[in-house]
Amino acid sequence: MPPAAAALDGRALAATSTPAGSPIRAAGILAALAIAAVAVPVVADDYWYNAILIPFLIMALAGLGLNLTMGFAGQASLGTGAFMAVGAYATYNLLLRVPVLPLPFSLLGGGLIAGLVGLVVGLPSLRIRGFYLVAPTLAAQFLIAWTFNQVGWFSNYATSSAISAPHLALLGRDLSSPAGRYALTLASVVVVTAVAWRLVRSRTGRDWRAVRDGETAAAIIGVPVSRAKLSAFFVGAAVSGVAGALWAFAYLGTVDARSFDLDRSFQAMFIIIVGGLGSLSGSFLGAAFIVLTPILLSHLSGTILGTGLDGGQIANLQRVVFGALIIGFLIKEPNGLAALLGSLVDRLRRLAHRPDPLGED
Amino acid sequence: MSFFLETLVGGVLAGVMYALVAIGFVLIYKASGVFNFAQGSMVLCAALTFVTLTEKGLPFWLAGLVTLAIMVTLAVAVERVVLRPLVNRSQVTLFMATLGLSYIIEGGSQFLMDARVHELDLGIADLPVALGPIQVSSFDLVAAASAGALVLGLALFFERTRVGKSLRAVADDPQAALSVGIRLPALWAAVWAVAGFVALVAGLLWGARQGVQFSLTFVVLKALPVLIIGGFTSITGAIAGGLIVGAGDALAEIYLGPLLGGSVSTWFAYGLAVAFLLVRPAGLFGERPIERV
Amino acid sequence: MPEPLLDVLDVSLSFRGLKALDALSFSVTRGEICALIGPNGAGKSSVLNILNGVYRADGGAIVFDGGRLGQIRPVTAARRGIGRTFQHAALFGGLSVRDNVLAGLSRKSRTTLLDDALGLPRARAETRGCLAAADEILGFLDLAPHRDRLVSTLPYGLQKRVDLGRALIAKPKLLLLDEPMAGMNGEEKRAMARFIRSARDTLGTTIVLIEHDIGVVLGLSDHVVVLDYGRKVGDGPPSQVRSDPAVIAAYLGKPQ
Repeated sequence: MPPAAAALDGRALAATSTPAGSPIRAAGILAALAIAAVAVPVVADDYWYNAILIPFLIMALAGLGLNLTMGFAGQASLGTGAFMAVGAYATYNLLLRVPVLPLPFSLLGGGLIAGLVGLVVGLPSLRIRGFYLVAPTLAAQFLIAWTFNQVGWFSNYATSSAISAPHLALLGRDLSSPAGRYALTLASVVVVTAVAWRLVRSRTGRDWRAVRDGETAAAIIGVPVSRAKLSAFFVGAAVSGVAGALWAFAYLGTVDARSFDLDRSFQAMFIIIVGGLGSLSGSFLGAAFIVLTPILLSHLSGTILGTGLDGGQIANLQRVVFGALIIGFLIKEPNGLAALLGSLVDRLRRLAHRPDPLGED
Repeated sequence: MSFFLETLVGGVLAGVMYALVAIGFVLIYKASGVFNFAQGSMVLCAALTFVTLTEKGLPFWLAGLVTLAIMVTLAVAVERVVLRPLVNRSQVTLFMATLGLSYIIEGGSQFLMDARVHELDLGIADLPVALGPIQVSSFDLVAAASAGALVLGLALFFERTRVGKSLRAVADDPQAALSVGIRLPALWAAVWAVAGFVALVAGLLWGARQGVQFSLTFVVLKALPVLIIGGFTSITGAIAGGLIVGAGDALAEIYLGPLLGGSVSTWFAYGLAVAFLLVRPAGLFGERPIERV
Repeated sequence: MPEPLLDVLDVSLSFRGLKALDALSFSVTRGEICALIGPNGAGKSSVLNILNGVYRADGGAIVFDGGRLGQIRPVTAARRGIGRTFQHAALFGGLSVRDNVLAGLSRKSRTTLLDDALGLPRARAETRGCLAAADEILGFLDLAPHRDRLVSTLPYGLQKRVDLGRALIAKPKLLLLDEPMAGMNGEEKRAMARFIRSARDTLGTTIVLIEHDIGVVLGLSDHVVVLDYGRKVGDGPPSQVRSDPAVIAAYLGKPQ
């Protein structure tokens, strides 16, 4: 096998290497932003905020973090849940112990601390490659959950394992309403995504993808492979860390290590497989899919089977559907929903540019 | 001292079970080049099917046969439907596919069969037995003995028979193996069928010990460090790795646990595995491939 | 006598007991095109891999550009000025042609993670410089029309040229080419030979190449080293090597 067959299949990921966004893409992003920031607050009710919009945005961010490490830089990781937990606990402690720090800085601090932990977890990647990286990242997943359970300092010696989150406020404005938490989440997601967008287009992002597509060749032509791997772990974990903090503060309202278990790591991985490895927009598509599917499934089973299915059975069904989708995507469309959407847009554009569609051969 | 021995022996007995499960992984790794994450859910599926059938009144032997047939069919189907289309894709991709597969098997078996904890009584007594200065559970002894016998049987089978030799050839060089006339599909089917059988035995032994329930799938999380320590391609390695992890877990829990505040066995094996990866990336008995540029 | 850029002295290498190189010595003069030839398994690629730091020699010494090349890692070899192209191109399939070539400049980058993340002036300035260098190389190799294409969608011959561009952009002192013309048709081979020669002539790059097409080798190189079973069986200018009986026996005389 040539060295290009690195951690991920080399034939992936067309979407990200096109030169800085086409006008259609830019317009699409602007429209989505306008809807999210202006239209949504007009129409959304509490259910939409709490059950759909907030978890969607946060999981998109968590997926984005993993996507940077795994989709762009090719470093497999099952530690997303752990990095989210670090972000949540670090932000909690910053809010608690450094109360002068405004909320955005606590979030940023939580992300940076999660990034540093990610950097340490990524150290073995300097010696081992590909699939084997699953081991150290799993080790981190278990060890970090264990640490937060064992060391009382992190949870300020709370007696229950779920600590209630401190009051959310910024510049004197209360953010604890659903709309306020949505605004906080949206603002964080936009800022972090913008930075990620810059980064993947920079020399750092190019190094990541070079290492992913052919680590040995990258090293031989002089790409600083170690820097690329460690920076990918750092940035990915930092982004997931911010997502974890938001999950605790803007979604659950409690800081609880159990909500960042291995299943959360799997969920992040599913988001990027379904959405698109190595695609920023894929993280959002995948997250939308992961958040909406259970809701759709429970509605569907409600209408089709009446009241026949309880929550446990729906959860089982959901597992089957997710599992099948993952395998389906890996086999049929390894670049995920982002690639499907891309080819759909292409087809529409071609249709629009061709006056006589019947003239096709 | 006898307490240390008792812990060690208890750990080693558990380690034999890990070795059994790990062999299932090694076989599939050699044949299909994937760490089959779904092996854990296959263990659950086997135990759940068996226990459901016996609860419906089937005698043990018949329930065993039916379950075996189902497991073998399932394993062969997995190979055909999921892994064959992914041939030549990266290890990480294959791994993720088996992750998806584990979701299907777990969700499916719990959807079709009752997901509560089932008692499974194989009729093996669980009494303390004196082994020199130490006490061991008779059930653990019998379980370890059956697992050990199966481990040795499989090791011999793949050492001596044509299937075993073909498997080695395929693991070394799939192209060359094809060109000397090894029928890959038949070999894959055979290996996956054996993996289904191993899942059944492991599911029964484990299910009888801790009840048939979802946590049976966690065995896969123990198998990964076992394979990293032993080497993914070596049956001997799987045995050694299983024993090391079994004994290490038990001793760490007793001697390290109180110092650190308990339940260190959730991560101890992984700590060990990472240490091995850094010092000996191919594991104890694995061979490091030569890098081609 | 011009000074050598590269001196390979008694280098040996073995894999699991099998000798791949057996006390091999040769030297490469600054500015020359040196070809390594020999049958499959003669150890040609192993020589390149040792020079690149992918393999570690069991014995012997390598002197490069006036200094010992010890047990180095690939990134270090690149930093010392050793470039490389690959037998199977080994391009970064998910990147555009220009990004592939730009990756060759990565080791010269001075930006920090923060510069890149926030698009600070230093990162912008550097990017402008890099893009100019990439456009120059792409123009030199007639690749400008394919600049934004995903490299995995290019035909093989063009991929090999991108591989060359990726190595040349960093202006290496020594460029190692592993079968630069493998799988090409006659016209593509002539174009590639032209690019290699003009890289040497205009950029002053010293070149060591492995190639099976004897016609191409004899026409392109100034110096030929012949290997067989890890040992050197011939060394000299093409005209001399062509008539050396030992070489003919080992390699040229054999039907392909």
